[in-house]
Amino acid sequence: MKKCFISLAGLQRWLNVLIDTQKHLYAPVNKGAKVDFGRVASADEIVFDHIQTTQSAKSVAFPRTDVLFSYEKEKGKVQLENADLTAYPETVVFGLHPCDAAGFNPLGAIFNWDYKDELYNARMERTVVITLACTKADEYCFCTSVNGGPGNTVGSDIQLTPVKDGFLAEILTEKGEALVKADEAAFEADRGDVKEKYLVKLPEKFDIKTVQEKLQTAFESPIWKAQSQRCIGCGACAYVCPTCACFDIQEDAHGTKGKRLRCWDSCGFALFTLHTSGHNPRQTQAQRWRQRLLHKFSYMPDRLSVRGCTGCGRCSRACPVDMNIAEHLRSI
Amino acid sequence: MEDVLIEKKPAIAGNSFSGELQKTANELLQSGEVELFIGYEEGTRFPRPCFIASTDEVGKLIFDDRCTGNLAVYLTRKDLIGDKKVGITASYFALRSILRLLTEHQIQLDKLVVLTVSAEKEVIRFATTDDITAYLQTAPIPVREDDKALIEKLNAMSREERWEFWSAELSKCFKCYACRAACPMCYCTKCIVEENRPQWIQPWASTLANIEWHINRAMHMTGRCADCGACGAACPLGLPIHLLSHQIVQEVTDNFALDVNQAVSGDNALSTFKPEDKENFIK
Amino acid sequence: MGRLGGALMSEFEPKIVAFVCNWCTYAGADLTGTSRIKYASNVKIVRFPCTGRIDFMLLLKAFAEGADGIIVSGCHPNDCHYTSGNFHARRRWVIFRGLLNFMGIDVNRIQFSWVSAAEGAKWADVVNGTVTTIRELGPYTEYRKAADYLVQQDKSIIDGQEALIKSVSSL
Ligand code: SF4
Ligand code: SF4
Ligand code: SF4
Ligand code: SF4
Repeated sequence: MKKCFISLAGLQRWLNVLIDTQKHLYAPVNKGAKVDFGRVASADEIVFDHIQTTQSAKSVAFPRTDVLFSYEKEKGKVQLENADLTAYPETVVFGLHPCDAAGFNPLGAIFNWDYKDELYNARMERTVVITLACTKADEYCFCTSVNGGPGNTVGSDIQLTPVKDGFLAEILTEKGEALVKADEAAFEADRGDVKEKYLVKLPEKFDIKTVQEKLQTAFESPIWKAQSQRCIGCGACAYVCPTCACFDIQEDAHGTKGKRLRCWDSCGFALFTLHTSGHNPRQTQAQRWRQRLLHKFSYMPDRLSVRGCTGCGRCSRACPVDMNIAEHLRSI
Repeated sequence: MEDVLIEKKPAIAGNSFSGELQKTANELLQSGEVELFIGYEEGTRFPRPCFIASTDEVGKLIFDDRCTGNLAVYLTRKDLIGDKKVGITASYFALRSILRLLTEHQIQLDKLVVLTVSAEKEVIRFATTDDITAYLQTAPIPVREDDKALIEKLNAMSREERWEFWSAELSKCFKCYACRAACPMCYCTKCIVEENRPQWIQPWASTLANIEWHINRAMHMTGRCADCGACGAACPLGLPIHLLSHQIVQEVTDNFALDVNQAVSGDNALSTFKPEDKENFIK
Repeated sequence: MGRLGGALMSEFEPKIVAFVCNWCTYAGADLTGTSRIKYASNVKIVRFPCTGRIDFMLLLKAFAEGADGIIVSGCHPNDCHYTSGNFHARRRWVIFRGLLNFMGIDVNRIQFSWVSAAEGAKWADVVNGTVTTIRELGPYTEYRKAADYLVQQDKSIIDGQEALIKSVSSL
């Protein structure tokens, strides 16, 4: 790992060089009253002073709508064409927080669990992650309760920490180093800034070990019904989550040709588990809420050795009825 | 319009109206008149819905100007309510939705105790639908200044600009269906977007598929929407989709002279007609 | 209008889809033909039992699949074969048209009309009038662009797949 200093002007110049070299740069930008990731044409569009973007950055590797393959039927023959993975653009995501970068861990684990998902992996290979350590947090953030932290470097290729007059840059991977080379002059010698001094202090909201232990025997607990009463069963929490990976397969058919698509889905929807027979193994919202929490905090740690939550707090910010996940975990 | 059936309980000085509401809820639960009380409690940033089944919990009940949501959405939730007798604190718009749900035979008044807190901070209990209608016609309609400004802006735009605006906004929609889930009128067990024989609306998120979804959702609100704005408030991306529902309310009022507050009189906008209905675009 | 403009205009042959009811307008269009009244050939007629059956989604699908203009036509008020189908349809059109206009979808591209079985000449009029209007308005590419479902996300994060889509959709 190499440490450098970079000024805001230097940073913008470097990012603009990256854009000029045909890289797709995604960063937080203003979208109406909200801040969300968007493709930027110039570094000065980037927003720095928000707490959290509405959506996570997962869509760089797991877009909301993705083509798996296309097909065409001609004279009794069917032609199949897989998605051209080599056509995916070189991508840089800038300005995501450590909790988002950490999200690529569980996401990658899911997409490589039994089957190696080529689409996800091809996109990730072409993606460089530049995180911005957090100097601010709000009442929804709880990364420190799930083994993360405002300066956590897991999943980052480069991490920047806002310090006096600029940023402390930690170049963490080879991918990161390669990106720095695009405009090495923008990076100055490390000034010896102490990273921890600038990071926000975020006290733990619950003890994750205790929560996970309790969940082992909580399947039949009445708590799910009690907690889930106000949940209205939308997909907001799952769609903004950096680790939620459920998808649906759909068909965009036009006569004799079409495309097969993968699109986001959510375990919160009543139809998610509905069988063709009409039977639904998760009939109530309580069962669906239980699935959400157990999947993230019990099944995933058990099977994939990775937790399905990075403490970004997005689900709780996005929820129309304030299902605050940290609060619910604490009350288990 | 004075109505004797409305019991007015003036707030006791030095006691908040939340206290008054808690007292009422307590009485209802204690007497067994209701088994479940749906109201608001303090949330992380804003009040949030809460469900109270025992008198020990009434202490968390609140109701104030921030409680603008539409709790009527829970009244059709069979897994929550079952056959229970339910009490509810309804905001102005939730009262409209309750009238509408009654018209559509989705709820029964004899299993429901409807309360509201007036602008004068009085807890009001409604005995009949006429009481609700009367209240709606005299109580001030809560205004949303931001919406008013945006509507004016949109109406001043050219058609091309409006298309630009809506196609850009709706292209962001990722089809989480929070707007649908938050709407008391979207109680269908299978929504049009989930219909796949034929597949009317492409179920994935993309500009036209999103536009078609929102046209359908808005059209289904014809004569039913309470104009509560809960759909837009629920949207995690902050898309102003409640303005589409609002436009529908506007069209219904302007063209068919139907009053949203009279919903219970049985007038349905699209399943009825008048031979003398006016239009100016049919050749 | 310059020469080029005129040339382009005359090159553009609008695609128009007409959704009509079986009992009045369809019969009326038939009469137009048997009376040998000349009218534009740009219209594809889709026949329905009644205007009440014409779902608004059909109109949207027609635009998405390439129509530049749409005609919706049925029996005059009080003449509906099923008594009130057209009255119901009229209400739906009022709302639908208002909503589309609010969303900036071009309602001038949809012509609603009442054409009875005896009004062969009126049908020719409606069609010719619509063709002229649409010719002036030009092709409805604006709407179809939105239908091209994966090329549109210019500003959004998912346009990482734009290149891919182009390669796939060039099939
Ligand atoms: S927890 Fe909130 S965001 Fe998630 S499904 Fe329930 S209501 Fe929707
Ligand atoms: S459509 Fe929106 S504004 Fe209308 S009743 Fe439903 S939630 Fe309220
Ligand atoms: S959008 Fe229409 S079909 Fe879907 S739930 Fe709402 S009313 Fe029902
Ligand atoms: S809540 Fe917003 S993002 Fe979700 S489906 Fe509705 S408009 Fe789209």
